[in-house]
Amino acid sequence: MSFTPNIVGFACQWCTYAGADLAGNLRAKYPPSIKLIKVPCSGRVEPEFIMEAFANGADGVLVGGCHFGDCHYKTGNYKTANRMQILKQLLMDSGFDPQRFRLEWISGAEGYRFAEVVEEFTRDLEEMGPNPLKGGNGHGR
Amino acid sequence: MADKIKTAFLLAGGCAGCEMSVVDLSEALVDALGSLEIVFWAPTVADVKYKDLEDMPDKSIDLAFVDGMIRNSENLHTVKVLRQKSKVLVALGACATLGGIAAMGDLHTKEELFNKAYKTSFSTDNPDGVYPTPEYMLDGKYHLTIPTFLDNCSTIAQVVDVEYFVGGCPPHPSFVGHLVGAILSGKLPPAGSWLTGGKAVCDVCKRNPALTGQERLPVGEIKRTIDGTPDMEKCLLQQGYMCFGPVTQGDCGGSCLNVNIPCRGCGGPIPGIKDFGARCVSTLAASMANEEVAAQFIEKYNNMAKLVYRYSHTASKLNHRIAEHKEH
Repeated sequence: MSFTPNIVGFACQWCTYAGADLAGNLRAKYPPSIKLIKVPCSGRVEPEFIMEAFANGADGVLVGGCHFGDCHYKTGNYKTANRMQILKQLLMDSGFDPQRFRLEWISGAEGYRFAEVVEEFTRDLEEMGPNPLKGGNGHGR
Repeated sequence: MADKIKTAFLLAGGCAGCEMSVVDLSEALVDALGSLEIVFWAPTVADVKYKDLEDMPDKSIDLAFVDGMIRNSENLHTVKVLRQKSKVLVALGACATLGGIAAMGDLHTKEELFNKAYKTSFSTDNPDGVYPTPEYMLDGKYHLTIPTFLDNCSTIAQVVDVEYFVGGCPPHPSFVGHLVGAILSGKLPPAGSWLTGGKAVCDVCKRNPALTGQERLPVGEIKRTIDGTPDMEKCLLQQGYMCFGPVTQGDCGGSCLNVNIPCRGCGGPIPGIKDFGARCVSTLAASMANEEVAAQFIEKYNNMAKLVYRYSHTASKLNHRIAEHKEH
Protein backbone atom coordinates (compact mmCIF):
# COMPACT_ATOMS: atom_id res chain seq x y z
CA MET A 1 0.00 0.00 0.00
CA SER A 2 1.34 3.41 -0.87
CA PHE A 3 1.99 5.89 1.88
CA THR A 4 0.00 9.13 1.82
CA PRO A 5 1.75 11.85 3.80
CA ASN A 6 -0.07 14.05 6.24
CA ILE A 7 0.95 17.70 5.88
CA VAL A 8 0.02 20.45 8.30
CA GLY A 9 -0.08 23.77 6.51
CA PHE A 10 -0.01 27.15 8.22
CA ALA A 11 -1.32 29.68 5.74
CA CYS A 12 -1.33 33.46 6.09
CA GLN A 13 -4.88 34.68 5.54
CA TRP A 14 -3.77 37.53 3.25
CA CYS A 15 -1.84 35.55 0.69
CA THR A 16 -1.23 31.81 0.96
CA TYR A 17 -4.74 31.07 2.19
CA ALA A 18 -6.14 33.24 -0.58
CA GLY A 19 -3.80 31.45 -2.97
CA ALA A 20 -5.21 28.09 -1.85
CA ASP A 21 -8.69 29.49 -2.40
CA LEU A 22 -7.73 30.56 -5.88
CA ALA A 23 -6.26 27.12 -6.58
CA GLY A 24 -9.75 25.77 -5.87
CA ASN A 25 -11.45 28.33 -8.10
CA LEU A 26 -9.00 27.57 -10.89
CA ARG A 27 -9.77 23.85 -10.50
CA ALA A 28 -6.03 23.27 -10.02
CA LYS A 29 -5.29 19.68 -9.03
CA TYR A 30 -3.14 18.81 -6.02
CA PRO A 31 -3.04 15.87 -3.59
CA PRO A 32 -5.41 15.92 -0.59
CA SER A 33 -2.43 15.53 1.77
CA ILE A 34 -2.43 19.07 3.19
CA LYS A 35 -4.58 20.27 6.08
CA LEU A 36 -4.53 24.06 6.10
CA ILE A 37 -4.69 26.17 9.21
CA LYS A 38 -5.50 29.81 8.60
CA VAL A 39 -3.37 32.24 10.58
CA PRO A 40 -3.50 36.05 10.58
CA CYS A 41 0.12 36.29 9.43
CA SER A 42 3.03 33.91 8.90
CA GLY A 43 4.66 35.86 11.74
CA ARG A 44 2.01 34.38 14.02
CA VAL A 45 3.40 30.88 13.43
CA GLU A 46 5.44 30.06 16.49
CA PRO A 47 8.21 27.50 15.99
CA GLU A 48 6.44 25.76 18.89
CA PHE A 49 3.44 25.03 16.63
CA ILE A 50 5.71 23.29 14.17
CA MET A 51 7.40 21.28 16.92
CA GLU A 52 3.98 20.29 18.26
CA ALA A 53 2.85 19.15 14.81
CA PHE A 54 5.96 17.01 14.32
CA ALA A 55 5.79 15.62 17.85
CA ASN A 56 2.23 14.52 17.16
CA GLY A 57 3.19 12.73 13.98
CA ALA A 58 2.75 15.18 11.08
CA ASP A 59 4.86 13.96 8.14
CA GLY A 60 5.49 17.47 6.90
CA VAL A 61 4.80 21.07 7.87
CA LEU A 62 4.37 23.86 5.33
CA VAL A 63 4.39 27.50 6.35
CA GLY A 64 3.09 29.88 3.72
CA GLY A 65 3.49 33.63 3.87
CA CYS A 66 3.50 36.72 1.68
CA HIS A 67 6.39 37.71 -0.54
CA PHE A 68 8.84 40.21 0.98
CA GLY A 69 7.39 43.67 0.87
CA ASP A 70 3.82 42.34 0.67
CA CYS A 71 3.17 41.68 4.36
CA HIS A 72 -0.13 43.13 5.50
CA TYR A 73 1.56 43.95 8.81
CA LYS A 74 4.70 45.20 7.08
CA THR A 75 7.36 43.10 8.89
CA GLY A 76 5.67 39.80 9.82
CA ASN A 77 7.19 37.71 7.06
CA TYR A 78 10.70 39.08 7.64
CA LYS A 79 10.50 37.77 11.21
CA THR A 80 9.19 34.45 9.90
CA ALA A 81 12.14 34.20 7.52
CA ASN A 82 14.61 34.67 10.42
CA ARG A 83 12.76 32.26 12.68
CA MET A 84 12.32 29.48 10.20
CA GLN A 85 15.94 29.61 9.10
CA ILE A 86 17.07 29.05 12.69
CA LEU A 87 14.31 26.50 13.32
CA LYS A 88 15.56 24.42 10.38
CA GLN A 89 18.99 24.30 11.96
CA LEU A 90 17.43 23.39 15.32
CA LEU A 91 15.52 20.51 13.73
CA MET A 92 18.70 19.28 12.10
CA ASP A 93 20.75 19.51 15.32
CA SER A 94 17.96 17.71 17.20
CA GLY A 95 18.31 14.76 14.84
CA PHE A 96 15.13 15.46 12.86
CA ASP A 97 15.09 15.70 9.06
CA PRO A 98 14.66 19.42 8.23
CA GLN A 99 13.41 18.48 4.73
CA ARG A 100 10.08 17.72 6.37
CA PHE A 101 9.65 21.39 6.98
CA ARG A 102 9.09 23.89 4.20
CA LEU A 103 8.67 27.65 4.08
CA GLU A 104 7.14 29.14 0.94
CA TRP A 105 6.11 32.62 -0.13
CA ILE A 106 2.85 32.25 -2.07
CA SER A 107 0.72 35.27 -2.89
CA GLY A 108 -3.05 35.41 -3.32
CA ALA A 109 -2.60 35.46 -7.09
CA GLU A 110 -0.50 32.29 -7.21
CA GLY A 111 -3.13 29.56 -7.13
CA TYR A 112 -1.21 27.31 -9.48
CA ARG A 113 1.97 27.90 -7.51
CA PHE A 114 0.20 26.68 -4.35
CA ALA A 115 -0.94 23.50 -6.08
CA GLU A 116 2.57 22.97 -7.44
CA VAL A 117 4.20 23.39 -4.00
CA VAL A 118 1.81 20.94 -2.34
CA GLU A 119 2.29 18.40 -5.09
CA GLU A 120 6.06 18.68 -4.96
CA PHE A 121 6.18 18.53 -1.16
CA THR A 122 3.87 15.51 -1.10
CA ARG A 123 6.11 13.72 -3.59
CA ASP A 124 9.22 14.49 -1.51
CA LEU A 125 7.53 13.25 1.65
CA GLU A 126 6.39 10.05 -0.05
CA GLU A 127 10.04 9.33 -0.73
CA MET A 128 11.06 10.16 2.84
CA GLY A 129 8.41 7.89 4.36
CA PRO A 130 6.42 8.42 7.53
CA ASN A 131 7.54 10.69 10.37
CA PRO A 132 9.69 8.61 12.76
CA LEU A 133 7.82 10.19 15.68
CA LYS A 134 4.49 8.81 14.45
CA GLY A 135 2.31 7.54 17.21
CA GLY A 136 3.43 10.31 19.53
CA ASN A 137 6.44 10.47 21.80
CA GLY A 138 4.66 10.58 25.12
CA HIS A 139 4.42 14.38 25.17
CA GLY A 140 1.04 14.57 23.50
CA ARG A 141 -0.79 13.31 26.57
CA MET B 1 1.54 23.88 67.88
CA ALA B 2 0.43 21.48 65.22
CA ASP B 3 2.58 18.54 64.22
CA LYS B 4 5.75 19.34 62.35
CA ILE B 5 5.69 18.98 58.58
CA LYS B 6 7.48 15.78 57.67
CA THR B 7 9.93 16.66 54.93
CA ALA B 8 12.13 14.56 52.69
CA PHE B 9 14.88 15.40 50.20
CA LEU B 10 16.06 12.98 47.56
CA LEU B 11 18.97 13.46 45.18
CA ALA B 12 18.28 11.64 41.92
CA GLY B 13 20.65 12.10 38.97
CA GLY B 14 21.78 15.60 39.88
CA CYS B 15 24.89 17.23 41.31
CA ALA B 16 23.44 18.15 44.76
CA GLY B 17 23.69 21.86 43.88
CA CYS B 18 19.99 22.31 44.60
CA GLU B 19 20.53 20.86 48.07
CA MET B 20 23.44 23.25 48.56
CA SER B 21 20.98 25.98 47.74
CA VAL B 22 18.65 24.72 50.49
CA VAL B 23 21.57 24.58 52.93
CA ASP B 24 22.57 28.10 51.84
CA LEU B 25 19.41 29.36 53.50
CA SER B 26 21.51 29.00 56.68
CA GLU B 27 19.71 30.82 59.55
CA ALA B 28 16.44 30.89 57.67
CA LEU B 29 16.57 27.11 57.41
CA VAL B 30 17.34 26.80 61.11
CA ASP B 31 14.26 28.92 61.87
CA ALA B 32 12.14 26.83 59.54
CA LEU B 33 13.27 23.67 61.29
CA GLY B 34 10.96 24.69 64.12
CA SER B 35 8.08 23.62 61.93
CA LEU B 36 9.81 21.12 59.62
CA GLU B 37 10.92 17.66 60.55
CA ILE B 38 13.45 16.14 58.17
CA VAL B 39 12.58 12.46 57.97
CA PHE B 40 14.73 11.61 54.96
CA TRP B 41 17.58 13.39 53.21
CA ALA B 42 19.65 11.02 51.14
CA PRO B 43 22.20 10.31 49.93
CA THR B 44 23.72 13.67 50.86
CA VAL B 45 22.84 15.03 54.29
CA ALA B 46 21.13 12.69 56.74
CA ASP B 47 22.33 9.24 57.76
CA VAL B 48 19.41 7.29 56.37
CA LYS B 49 19.34 4.45 53.88
CA TYR B 50 16.99 3.83 50.97
CA LYS B 51 15.73 0.85 52.94
CA ASP B 52 14.46 3.21 55.65
CA LEU B 53 12.43 5.03 53.02
CA GLU B 54 11.01 1.78 51.69
CA ASP B 55 9.95 0.84 55.23
CA MET B 56 7.98 4.05 55.82
CA PRO B 57 4.20 3.79 55.60
CA ASP B 58 2.62 5.04 52.35
CA LYS B 59 1.75 8.77 52.27
CA SER B 60 3.55 9.35 55.56
CA ILE B 61 5.78 12.17 54.22
CA ASP B 62 3.99 15.51 53.95
CA LEU B 63 6.42 17.20 51.61
CA ALA B 64 9.10 15.63 49.45
CA PHE B 65 11.65 17.34 47.24
CA VAL B 66 13.50 15.64 44.39
CA ASP B 67 16.46 17.23 42.69
CA GLY B 68 18.17 15.74 39.67
CA MET B 69 16.85 13.88 36.63
CA ILE B 70 16.22 10.15 36.15
CA ARG B 71 19.49 8.88 34.67
CA ASN B 72 19.88 5.34 36.00
CA SER B 73 17.84 2.49 37.44
CA GLU B 74 18.54 3.63 41.00
CA ASN B 75 17.02 7.07 40.35
CA LEU B 76 14.01 5.45 38.77
CA HIS B 77 13.44 3.14 41.73
CA THR B 78 13.96 5.69 44.51
CA VAL B 79 11.78 8.33 42.88
CA LYS B 80 8.94 5.83 42.49
CA VAL B 81 9.28 4.78 46.13
CA LEU B 82 9.38 8.39 47.30
CA ARG B 83 6.23 9.17 45.32
CA GLN B 84 4.46 6.33 47.05
CA LYS B 85 5.50 7.53 50.48
CA SER B 86 4.71 11.22 50.07
CA LYS B 87 1.65 13.41 49.87
CA VAL B 88 3.21 16.31 48.00
CA LEU B 89 6.15 15.90 45.63
CA VAL B 90 8.15 18.92 44.45
CA ALA B 91 10.56 18.70 41.51
CA LEU B 92 13.34 21.07 42.59
CA GLY B 93 15.66 22.66 40.05
CA ALA B 94 16.30 22.48 36.32
CA CYS B 95 17.21 18.76 36.16
CA ALA B 96 14.13 17.51 37.97
CA THR B 97 11.77 19.72 35.99
CA LEU B 98 13.32 19.91 32.51
CA GLY B 99 16.17 17.41 32.32
CA GLY B 100 19.08 19.74 33.01
CA ILE B 101 22.60 19.62 31.64
CA ALA B 102 22.88 15.83 31.59
CA ALA B 103 19.83 15.64 29.33
CA MET B 104 21.92 16.95 26.46
CA GLY B 105 23.48 13.47 26.52
CA ASP B 106 20.26 12.32 24.87
CA LEU B 107 21.45 13.99 21.69
CA HIS B 108 24.07 11.25 21.53
CA THR B 109 23.84 7.48 21.71
CA LYS B 110 24.75 5.58 24.84
CA GLU B 111 27.79 4.16 22.98
CA GLU B 112 29.04 7.65 22.12
CA LEU B 113 28.71 8.73 25.75
CA PHE B 114 30.52 5.68 27.11
CA ASN B 115 33.20 5.94 24.48
CA LYS B 116 33.88 9.56 25.40
CA ALA B 117 33.78 9.02 29.15
CA TYR B 118 35.77 5.79 29.37
CA LYS B 119 38.01 5.80 26.30
CA THR B 120 38.64 8.95 24.31
CA SER B 121 38.52 11.83 26.81
CA PHE B 122 41.84 13.58 27.36
CA SER B 123 42.40 12.46 30.95
CA THR B 124 41.35 8.82 30.47
CA ASP B 125 43.90 6.03 30.76
CA ASN B 126 42.02 2.87 29.88
CA PRO B 127 44.15 0.74 27.51
CA ASP B 128 42.02 -2.39 28.01
CA GLY B 129 38.83 -0.51 27.20
CA VAL B 130 37.10 -1.56 30.45
CA TYR B 131 33.53 -0.33 30.69
CA PRO B 132 31.51 -0.34 33.89
CA THR B 133 29.03 -3.22 33.96
CA PRO B 134 25.87 -3.37 36.06
CA GLU B 135 27.00 -6.69 37.54
CA TYR B 136 30.48 -7.91 38.42
CA MET B 137 31.85 -10.99 40.13
CA LEU B 138 34.88 -10.03 42.24
CA ASP B 139 37.40 -12.75 43.10
CA GLY B 140 34.85 -15.32 42.00
CA LYS B 141 32.76 -14.94 45.15
CA TYR B 142 31.59 -11.33 45.64
CA HIS B 143 28.64 -10.51 43.44
CA LEU B 144 28.68 -6.73 43.00
CA THR B 145 25.99 -4.65 41.35
CA ILE B 146 25.73 -1.00 40.40
CA PRO B 147 22.69 0.80 38.96
CA THR B 148 22.10 0.40 35.23
CA PHE B 149 22.58 3.44 32.96
CA LEU B 150 19.22 3.98 31.26
CA ASP B 151 18.93 4.59 27.52
CA ASN B 152 17.64 8.11 28.06
CA CYS B 153 17.10 10.79 30.66
CA SER B 154 13.66 11.55 32.04
CA THR B 155 12.31 14.38 34.08
CA ILE B 156 10.58 13.47 37.33
CA ALA B 157 7.16 14.29 35.87
CA GLN B 158 7.71 11.85 33.01
CA VAL B 159 8.02 9.03 35.53
CA VAL B 160 5.64 9.90 38.37
CA ASP B 161 3.04 12.57 39.09
CA VAL B 162 4.54 15.78 40.44
CA GLU B 163 2.63 18.42 42.42
CA TYR B 164 4.95 21.39 42.02
CA PHE B 165 7.85 22.46 39.84
CA VAL B 166 10.68 24.80 40.78
CA GLY B 167 13.20 25.93 38.16
CA GLY B 168 16.78 27.13 38.49
CA CYS B 169 20.25 25.65 38.33
CA PRO B 170 20.26 25.81 41.27
CA PRO B 171 17.14 27.63 42.51
CA HIS B 172 18.31 30.85 44.15
CA PRO B 173 18.51 30.40 47.97
CA SER B 174 16.23 33.40 48.53
CA PHE B 175 13.64 31.82 46.26
CA VAL B 176 13.91 28.51 48.12
CA GLY B 177 13.32 30.59 51.26
CA HIS B 178 10.12 32.09 49.82
CA LEU B 179 9.10 28.62 48.80
CA VAL B 180 9.54 27.11 52.26
CA GLY B 181 7.62 30.08 53.65
CA ALA B 182 4.77 29.59 51.18
CA ILE B 183 4.59 25.90 51.97
CA LEU B 184 4.54 26.54 55.72
CA SER B 185 1.75 29.09 55.38
CA GLY B 186 -0.17 26.75 53.07
CA LYS B 187 -0.47 29.40 50.35
CA LEU B 188 0.04 27.14 47.38
CA PRO B 189 -1.32 27.16 43.83
CA PRO B 190 -3.21 24.18 42.36
CA ALA B 191 -1.26 20.95 41.95
CA GLY B 192 0.73 20.67 38.74
CA SER B 193 1.87 24.31 38.79
CA TRP B 194 5.28 25.86 38.66
CA LEU B 195 6.10 27.74 41.84
CA THR B 196 7.35 30.98 40.38
CA GLY B 197 6.89 34.72 40.45
CA GLY B 198 5.75 34.29 36.84
CA LYS B 199 7.91 37.13 35.57
CA ALA B 200 10.64 36.90 32.99
CA VAL B 201 14.32 37.48 33.70
CA CYS B 202 14.04 40.74 31.70
CA ASP B 203 11.47 41.89 34.23
CA VAL B 204 14.01 41.77 37.03
CA CYS B 205 17.05 42.69 34.93
CA LYS B 206 18.58 46.11 35.55
CA ARG B 207 19.68 46.36 31.91
CA ASN B 208 16.14 46.16 30.52
CA PRO B 209 15.88 48.88 27.83
CA ALA B 210 12.45 49.77 29.21
CA LEU B 211 14.15 50.82 32.46
CA THR B 212 17.32 52.37 31.11
CA GLY B 213 15.58 54.33 28.36
CA GLN B 214 17.60 52.79 25.52
CA GLU B 215 15.94 52.57 22.17
CA ARG B 216 15.33 48.96 21.14
CA LEU B 217 16.88 48.31 17.73
CA PRO B 218 17.19 45.21 15.55
CA VAL B 219 20.38 43.31 16.27
CA GLY B 220 22.91 43.67 13.46
CA GLU B 221 25.83 41.60 14.69
CA ILE B 222 25.86 38.37 16.68
CA LYS B 223 28.48 37.90 19.38
CA ARG B 224 29.44 35.02 21.62
CA THR B 225 30.48 35.55 25.22
CA ILE B 226 34.11 35.13 24.16
CA ASP B 227 33.87 38.10 21.77
CA GLY B 228 34.97 41.13 23.78
CA THR B 229 33.50 42.37 27.05
CA PRO B 230 29.85 43.37 27.14
CA ASP B 231 28.89 46.83 28.37
CA MET B 232 27.66 46.37 31.98
CA GLU B 233 24.82 48.87 31.57
CA LYS B 234 23.34 47.90 28.22
CA CYS B 235 20.94 45.06 27.38
CA LEU B 236 22.99 42.04 26.25
CA LEU B 237 20.59 41.22 23.42
CA GLN B 238 20.95 44.76 22.13
CA GLN B 239 24.72 44.27 22.12
CA GLY B 240 24.34 41.06 20.12
CA TYR B 241 24.96 38.59 22.95
CA MET B 242 22.23 35.98 22.70
CA CYS B 243 20.38 36.00 26.02
CA PHE B 244 17.34 33.87 26.90
CA GLY B 245 16.05 36.33 29.49
CA PRO B 246 12.81 37.17 27.64
CA VAL B 247 11.49 33.61 27.91
CA THR B 248 12.95 32.45 31.23
CA GLN B 249 11.43 32.71 34.71
CA GLY B 250 13.15 35.44 36.66
CA ASP B 251 13.03 34.02 40.17
CA CYS B 252 16.84 34.17 40.15
CA GLY B 253 16.77 37.98 40.22
CA GLY B 254 18.86 38.06 37.06
CA SER B 255 21.94 36.63 38.79
CA CYS B 256 23.86 35.87 35.60
CA LEU B 257 23.06 39.24 34.06
CA ASN B 258 24.43 40.93 37.17
CA VAL B 259 27.83 39.41 36.38
CA ASN B 260 27.74 40.15 32.64
CA ILE B 261 26.76 36.63 31.53
CA PRO B 262 23.78 36.06 29.23
CA CYS B 263 20.84 34.01 30.52
CA ARG B 264 20.78 30.39 29.35
CA GLY B 265 17.33 29.51 30.60
CA CYS B 266 17.92 27.44 33.75
CA GLY B 267 14.93 29.05 35.45
CA GLY B 268 12.53 27.24 33.18
CA PRO B 269 9.99 28.61 30.72
CA ILE B 270 7.74 31.50 31.70
CA PRO B 271 4.08 30.44 31.96
CA GLY B 272 2.44 29.66 28.62
CA ILE B 273 5.49 28.25 26.88
CA LYS B 274 5.23 24.64 25.82
CA ASP B 275 8.62 24.20 24.22
CA PHE B 276 11.42 26.32 25.62
CA GLY B 277 13.90 26.00 22.75
CA ALA B 278 11.38 26.75 20.03
CA ARG B 279 10.24 29.86 21.87
CA CYS B 280 13.86 30.94 22.28
CA VAL B 281 14.30 30.67 18.53
CA SER B 282 11.17 32.70 18.03
CA THR B 283 12.22 35.48 20.40
CA LEU B 284 15.84 35.72 19.32
CA ALA B 285 15.03 35.57 15.60
CA ALA B 286 12.49 38.36 15.90
CA SER B 287 15.17 40.64 17.32
CA MET B 288 17.55 40.07 14.39
CA ALA B 289 17.77 42.64 11.64
CA ASN B 290 17.71 40.34 8.62
CA GLU B 291 18.39 36.85 7.30
CA GLU B 292 22.14 37.44 7.10
CA VAL B 293 22.20 38.03 10.85
CA ALA B 294 20.21 34.82 11.39
CA ALA B 295 22.75 32.99 9.22
CA GLN B 296 25.57 34.49 11.28
CA PHE B 297 23.85 33.23 14.45
CA ILE B 298 23.67 29.69 13.04
CA GLU B 299 27.30 29.84 12.03
CA LYS B 300 28.61 31.20 15.33
CA TYR B 301 26.79 28.82 17.63
CA ASN B 302 27.72 25.40 16.36
CA ASN B 303 24.89 23.34 17.85
CA MET B 304 21.50 24.99 18.00
CA ALA B 305 19.86 22.14 19.93
CA LYS B 306 22.49 22.28 22.70
CA LEU B 307 22.21 26.06 22.84
CA VAL B 308 18.46 26.54 23.13
CA TYR B 309 17.81 23.31 25.04
CA ARG B 310 20.74 23.82 27.40
CA TYR B 311 18.60 22.89 30.41
CA SER B 312 15.41 21.60 28.84
CA HIS B 313 16.18 18.96 26.24
CA THR B 314 14.27 16.20 28.02
CA ALA B 315 11.16 18.35 28.20
CA SER B 316 11.39 19.35 24.53
CA LYS B 317 8.65 18.36 22.13
CA LEU B 318 10.90 16.60 19.67
CA ASN B 319 12.82 14.53 22.15
CA HIS B 320 12.15 11.27 20.40
CA ARG B 321 13.87 9.07 22.91
CA ILE B 322 11.35 9.98 25.52
CA ALA B 323 10.89 7.79 28.54
CA GLU B 324 7.96 5.46 28.60
CA HIS B 325 8.39 4.60 32.25
CA LYS B 326 5.32 6.34 33.53
CA GLU B 327 2.57 4.04 34.64
CA HIS B 328 -0.83 5.38 33.68
